[in-house]
Amino acid sequence: MRPFRVHTGRAVVLDRADVDTDQIVPAEHLKRIERTGFGPFLFAEWRKDPDFALNRPESQGATILLTGPNFGSGSSREHAVWALEDAGFRAIVAPSFADIFRTNCTKVGLLPMALPEATVRELMDAVRADPAVQLTVDLEERTVQGGGVRARFEIDDFTRHRLLEGLDDIDLTLRRADAIARYEATRQPWLPTV
Amino acid sequence: MCGMSPSTLAEKVWERHVVHRVDGEPDLLYVDLHLVHEVTSPQAFDGLRIAGRAVRRPDLTLATMDHNVPTAPGPSDPISERQMEALRRNCEAFGITLFPTGHAGQGIVHVIGPQMGLTQPGLVIVCGDSHTSTHGAFGALAFGIGTSEVEHVLATQTLPQRRPGTMAVTVEGDLPAGVSAKDVILGIIARIGTGGGVGHILEYRGSAIRSLSMEGRMTVCNMSIEAGARAGMVAPDDTTFAYLEGRPHAPKGADWERALEEWRSLPTDEGAAFDREVLIDATELRPHVSWGTNPGQTVTIDDVVPEPNDEAAERALAYMALEPGTPIREIRPDTIFIGSCTNARIEDLREAARILEGRRVHAGLRAMVVPGSMLVKRQAEREGLDRVFTSAGFEWRDAGCSMCLGMNPDQLAPGERSASTSNRNFEGRQGKGGRTHLVSPAVAAATAVAGHFCAPEDL
Repeated sequence: MRPFRVHTGRAVVLDRADVDTDQIVPAEHLKRIERTGFGPFLFAEWRKDPDFALNRPESQGATILLTGPNFGSGSSREHAVWALEDAGFRAIVAPSFADIFRTNCTKVGLLPMALPEATVRELMDAVRADPAVQLTVDLEERTVQGGGVRARFEIDDFTRHRLLEGLDDIDLTLRRADAIARYEATRQPWLPTV
Repeated sequence: MCGMSPSTLAEKVWERHVVHRVDGEPDLLYVDLHLVHEVTSPQAFDGLRIAGRAVRRPDLTLATMDHNVPTAPGPSDPISERQMEALRRNCEAFGITLFPTGHAGQGIVHVIGPQMGLTQPGLVIVCGDSHTSTHGAFGALAFGIGTSEVEHVLATQTLPQRRPGTMAVTVEGDLPAGVSAKDVILGIIARIGTGGGVGHILEYRGSAIRSLSMEGRMTVCNMSIEAGARAGMVAPDDTTFAYLEGRPHAPKGADWERALEEWRSLPTDEGAAFDREVLIDATELRPHVSWGTNPGQTVTIDDVVPEPNDEAAERALAYMALEPGTPIREIRPDTIFIGSCTNARIEDLREAARILEGRRVHAGLRAMVVPGSMLVKRQAEREGLDRVFTSAGFEWRDAGCSMCLGMNPDQLAPGERSASTSNRNFEGRQGKGGRTHLVSPAVAAATAVAGHFCAPEDL
């Protein structure tokens, strides 16, 4: 996983609630067996509208997504995160995230930042007033700032550490191989096997 | 911790699966059963290959093909074929049992686990699919995971997890006639919203839940994710045990007795506290129909399309091409879809067939039944349900996810409107520009006959 420490970039405002993963990357584009190349399918249907936020000239090159509550609801498809990442996004700011989507983000190194709705609004207003405004996300400090706004976001210490170091979860777990073997030795013999 | 103070069902299952716990880190949980399908697994297997890792417990891993599979004769598209071929290759290379297309056991991943008896109380079950919550109907802790987590489970048979909160959803009272499990869960989501369960494991409780069959409980738990919940569970009881007994992978003989003893220790203790509680009066529930583009945008069959109260509702109405104030019963669908991991089990098909017996699909409507598994299909055929459906004018298909998510050729055309027993009415979910109304199998069948949304009692 790519480490995340500090990132500075422009933001794009997608002011919608309950953006589901079927919108982020529609099912017809889930047939690739590779991990890369999903960027062109990001918001595939909505992007057909020339006026869609991500299509506007001032949005090109944006790396931070500002959006509404319950972002990433619906399916477990990690392809949604891969599409955002492949399209150049490094961080997402929203009042809340769907659980599986948020976990998927932290496995890939895309930073999900939950902030109070009013703070998200302030950031959206700042970006709308000046689309060129640069936002800086500092994971070490747990802050996002820019356009006259400075806010602190919550993230648990463990996830933050993993993201800062770009640590692979499987490597971390395999260090507990003895504990897994010990647990397996205590499992009831009648538990089902395939 | 466990056994000291009263605990909930979810807490008990969790505590029994903690492999490793340290302060400040997520618990490392053991996974008893890992279900795999073709769409969310290829990149996970590639990850194993790159790192030179094996699958730790192929004997606790089962794969099937469901999302992409064609449900009608004819060639499948080459890109889908490539994805299914990748699963075939990966299962062979890593020693995983696979039910491919054409196999008698093939079907939707959340239908086959329970029917094989692999889904049992007290297990931790995961799958790279958000509707894994279905298995919670047995008192298992079952949740959807992303592809990175699929790889993690394949390699280690564990997952690092933070324990979610607990939320009691109590549905008390007798369900009125004509109100199904689907209406219960749509009613719950309409009440608590699509984000209402975020960060929580729901436990469905109360006399209305207890009175549901296992298949009804699966329908309820299936859509927990539509309320944003991490998982949904129902405490195991005699209904659960009766469903399980004798199934191929259920414990036998003395093991059955040992298992029963363990399972009977699972229900939430008297006095255990939930982080949140919601109480629903079952007697007030009615058949439900969604009008918008998320499952929370749902009303009863007796209602009208509501006035939009925010921008999201305005967008939804525009997408759905609906006018506020229109009676739900006046909306006319073009397609009827009975299928999906929510409502394609034998009881769902029996209920729909009961209504369709001796009746015909309304002129001009397209109607299809896609059984949840090939075993469900064969059982339905033994009961003669297929003839009821085909005589009524329904297409009788092979098992798969089909029009629930439109990854195979079963899709809505732009602007086409469906009455669908599936779980998501998101924009484009059943095909680009398609308009989905979520309903129960009974409402889908009655609507097929009438040509407009209606309850069976209207016929």
